[in-house]
Amino acid sequence: MKEDVATTGHSWDGIEEYDNPMPRWWLWTFYACIIWAVGYMFLFPAWPMIKSATPGLLGYSTRADVADEIAEFEARNDVWFQQLNQTELTEIAANTDLQRFATQAGGSVFRAQCSQCHGSGAAGVQASGYPNLLDDEWLWGGTIDDIHQTITYGIRNEEHMDARYSQMPAFGQDGLLAEEEIDQVVEYVLQMSGQQHDADLAQAGFEVYDLNCVACHGPDGGGDPFVGAPALNNAVWLYGGDAESIRETIYYSRWGVMPGFVNRLRPAEIRAVAAYVHQLGGGE
Amino acid sequence: MSSSAPPESTLYQKREPIFPRRVKGSFRTMKWWLLAAMLGVYYITPWIRWDRGPEMPDQAVLLDLASRRFFFFMIEIWPHEFYFVAGLLIMAGIGLFLFTSALGRVWCGYACPQTVWTDLFILVERWIEGDRNARVRLHHQKWNAEKVRKYGLKWVVWLLIGLATGGAWVFYFTDAPTLLQNLLNFSAPPVAYLTILFLTLTTFLFGGFFREQICIYACPWPRIQAAMMDEATLTIGYRDWRGEPRGKHRKGDDADQMGDCIDCMACVNVCPMGIDIRDGQQLACITCGLCIDACNDVMDRIGKPRDLIGYLALSDEVAERQGGTPISVWKHIFRPRTMVYTVIWGGIGIGLIAALFLRTDIDMSISPIRNPTYVVMSDGAVRNAYDIRLRNMHGAPRQFFLSVSDNPSVRLTVEGQSGLLVTVNPDEQLSQRVYLTAPSGTPPATGNQTPVRIWASVTGDTDRINSDTIFNGRAQ
Ligand code: SF4
Ligand code: SF4
Repeated sequence: MKEDVATTGHSWDGIEEYDNPMPRWWLWTFYACIIWAVGYMFLFPAWPMIKSATPGLLGYSTRADVADEIAEFEARNDVWFQQLNQTELTEIAANTDLQRFATQAGGSVFRAQCSQCHGSGAAGVQASGYPNLLDDEWLWGGTIDDIHQTITYGIRNEEHMDARYSQMPAFGQDGLLAEEEIDQVVEYVLQMSGQQHDADLAQAGFEVYDLNCVACHGPDGGGDPFVGAPALNNAVWLYGGDAESIRETIYYSRWGVMPGFVNRLRPAEIRAVAAYVHQLGGGE
Repeated sequence: MSSSAPPESTLYQKREPIFPRRVKGSFRTMKWWLLAAMLGVYYITPWIRWDRGPEMPDQAVLLDLASRRFFFFMIEIWPHEFYFVAGLLIMAGIGLFLFTSALGRVWCGYACPQTVWTDLFILVERWIEGDRNARVRLHHQKWNAEKVRKYGLKWVVWLLIGLATGGAWVFYFTDAPTLLQNLLNFSAPPVAYLTILFLTLTTFLFGGFFREQICIYACPWPRIQAAMMDEATLTIGYRDWRGEPRGKHRKGDDADQMGDCIDCMACVNVCPMGIDIRDGQQLACITCGLCIDACNDVMDRIGKPRDLIGYLALSDEVAERQGGTPISVWKHIFRPRTMVYTVIWGGIGIGLIAALFLRTDIDMSISPIRNPTYVVMSDGAVRNAYDIRLRNMHGAPRQFFLSVSDNPSVRLTVEGQSGLLVTVNPDEQLSQRVYLTAPSGTPPATGNQTPVRIWASVTGDTDRINSDTIFNGRAQ
């Protein structure tokens, strides 16, 4: 059979090449591909126009596909979100599956809404006044209910009546304290927090503290989450704990702001974020 | 080919149908046994049961993709042990090198599914339509009742074999008896039906119609396998120095001048690839050995020595042409190249078996949380967080007691609980957040990085495992 097939006439090192015909099914496959391609061109979006493309007779669109898929997953999540709405915040952790859903959903909301200030790992930015959510000091309380309240209404904003609000006077700027009084109370705060300090100045600072600061920060500097007054007698500082930072805080005061999310997120999403933040390791 | 066909374009050519004739002989017999054994293993394996205790699949061989486990009798492979699968694949590759360098395309001729199922399909064809001549006649016959009946019956049987093929395949991926039930009352997942449909059709088309075209046009192996052979490789060849000049041995003709080949075409008629081995080694030959059987039969009948067609190597061909004798088959099979392959192949095998016996059925891995690397607590203590992944590859739930060593001042706590016990369900893995805390002023808290070792010991057992990690202090 092979003998009557001609060679191509090429010869490499004496090796010649048969000029065998292609198998016929190959040709049919090729025609089938052409027919397929033509059909495809009319059925599916194909031709680019100036601003869009031909829609195709089937009306298929990848965007619609994605929208369908998103809707499908949202419908599935809805069941969980409803359960989340109906469960007491403090009871969520007891339900393993719900807790898992809440922390996953809350984590993704956190990364979208909260990470800009608090960092993707929730460690905040010290010195810029974005609180670390992983440590065990909470300005406004660290129970899941406290956290939920903070996220819902925010801190020191005009958006909502229920926003948490505290204000510390700008003792230096407004002339409430003399420069030397400020120097003294700085040393006293350093002493309270167990840092290097000038004992004499601190002694004098105690008087200043007792008159001006005790109402909010407490006699031992323990702070008061009820009014959002930070503890001064520990190692966690929102704006830095060195003498210079403390002095600046007393002189000008600090007014950190956080938006409320009540109008930005659905209630169930806020509850999910609360559950997420609460289990990060700092919650009370 | 029918001569009434109009002259065709020389660019494209219709497939020339091949009607392999029935043949008897040692290679054919061996192929039948291999076919029965391989198909038997394929069809029966998913139905073998294996007791693994409650809540565990009792299928001996199961590729449980949903829960990412491979079960193979007493062996259970977890995703993190995928190196076993990689090892087996490498062994399969080197095994192919080994066999190919020793015996050419044995895989193609004896073990390839395409060959095996095509053989089975040809067997069915012969049962229904008769041997070669009958089939050729039927092929050229106009469509009539007989042809419709025979072709129809053949296609139905082919489809049934295809169905069994697709059916058996899906049984490897889920519990076979349950799936069979679900398949029968139409409640199995759509992917199961789709897979069966797809494999049924491909088996039907590949085994019934495409046959040798898959090997010649579609399969990459011939190109690769051919490159793995050398001049000492045993492969199938025609001893033309003995056979030529070929011709009918008639009395009177100077028969002494003639070679041993009587040009009976038996070797061509039995070849499933439709080639003439007397043209020399060629890409289309799958070294199935059927032409050897056919020609040996002829040689026996005309009283000539066997092996006019036989397994021979290029190096022997040169010697034989000069009147020498071929070196023994064993020398072809056991030569340095194949020995090296065998040693590597066996080495990997032994390594895998050793790894299989040395592995424990608990496992732990630790990933430190690096965002942030550490957190200062209000009392000045420094805390690090870790995600610990505990695997319990055991049929019963296990309690792990977690502890930390190497640094006495570091304390371990488990997220969300007061104790240090973590329960992991049977055959599951659990990711657990834990914290290490170093009190204020201690070296790990003030230092840079301190190595620590976390232990997980199984309560009520001597099994324990550890993993080393780093504690980050404030000095970073
Ligand atoms: S079967 Fe043997 S004798 Fe017959 S044609 Fe083939 S090689 Fe020649
Ligand atoms: S030439 Fe011989 S060994 Fe090769 S495929 Fe044909 S029958 Fe098989």
